[in-house]
Amino acid sequence: MDGSTPHGHGGHDAAHAESGGHISLQAYMIGFTLSVILTAAAFGLVMAGVMPASTAIPVAFALGAVQMAVHVVCFLHLTPGSAKSWNGVAFLFTVVVVAILVGGSLWVMYNLNYNMMPGA
Amino acid sequence: MTVQSQVVGDDLLLHDLEEEAHHDDGSMTTLGFWIYLMSDCILFSAIFATFAVLHNNTAGGPDAKSLFSLPYAAVETGCLLLSSLTYGMAMLAMQRDAKAQVVRWLGVTLLLGAGFMTLEIHEFMDLIAQGAGPDRSAFLSSFFTLVGTHGLHVLSGMVWMVVLITHVLRRGLTPENRTRLMCLSLFWHFLDIVWIGVFTLVYLSGVAA
Repeated sequence: MDGSTPHGHGGHDAAHAESGGHISLQAYMIGFTLSVILTAAAFGLVMAGVMPASTAIPVAFALGAVQMAVHVVCFLHLTPGSAKSWNGVAFLFTVVVVAILVGGSLWVMYNLNYNMMPGA
Repeated sequence: MTVQSQVVGDDLLLHDLEEEAHHDDGSMTTLGFWIYLMSDCILFSAIFATFAVLHNNTAGGPDAKSLFSLPYAAVETGCLLLSSLTYGMAMLAMQRDAKAQVVRWLGVTLLLGAGFMTLEIHEFMDLIAQGAGPDRSAFLSSFFTLVGTHGLHVLSGMVWMVVLITHVLRRGLTPENRTRLMCLSLFWHFLDIVWIGVFTLVYLSGVAA
């Protein structure tokens, strides 16, 4: 209840910033450079085949997760400070739903496969 | 209840301040569009989860390793990444009120989007010609669903971009057009983020496995 007022105002301000003039060339250049490096690293890692698949796949996923975070901050202009805004709250809620949906599906289906194995 | 009344309260306030009404209406539109993007994100996560569950169910057919070419996927990724940067340039031009540059950068972004779609359609046709269409196995059904849904989004974004280029050329950088450009910016960058998930899960871990 107490949190609703700052939330509402934060949302207002952040929405202002979104359509206002806070986008900088610097943010785009940093974001683009980082994402080229991360993409090249992920593709290079798998194409060169320097690691076994059991190591390469988790590393590729980690690089992908970092790149997603870079894009969210540099291109969607969502920063840790936006957690107080409506955009930020909606984003965090979505992250939780996505984690439950993807994590839950994999968990349930893995167990189903395991328990349905012939001769188990 | 409190949350809802807060939004309504803000909205009423906006209508009271008529001078600022255009600008603030724009920010509410952007927030509304953001909520749509978040729901789209949940749609994609369901398709990602389906692919993740089904990726080994090849029904004796070809698997990711024998079908996908990483250099090809890298070029597709390059097109999308570069198009995110060029869209950003269009937004920066919009801040400087440089209409001609906005149109030019949107044009470049559109071309990069078209390049991506050409590569993707070519890949799909190639797979179907090899007998690895969506009807071959659960793995391929989920592959075509995931990558195809992303492709349809990119195509919609391109149609939207053509419409916006026309709007900007005819009416200039009006407050309404600025809000529209901002929404498409969010959409376009969002699609790039979804693509990171696609190339990591489908192409990289498929070929590495």
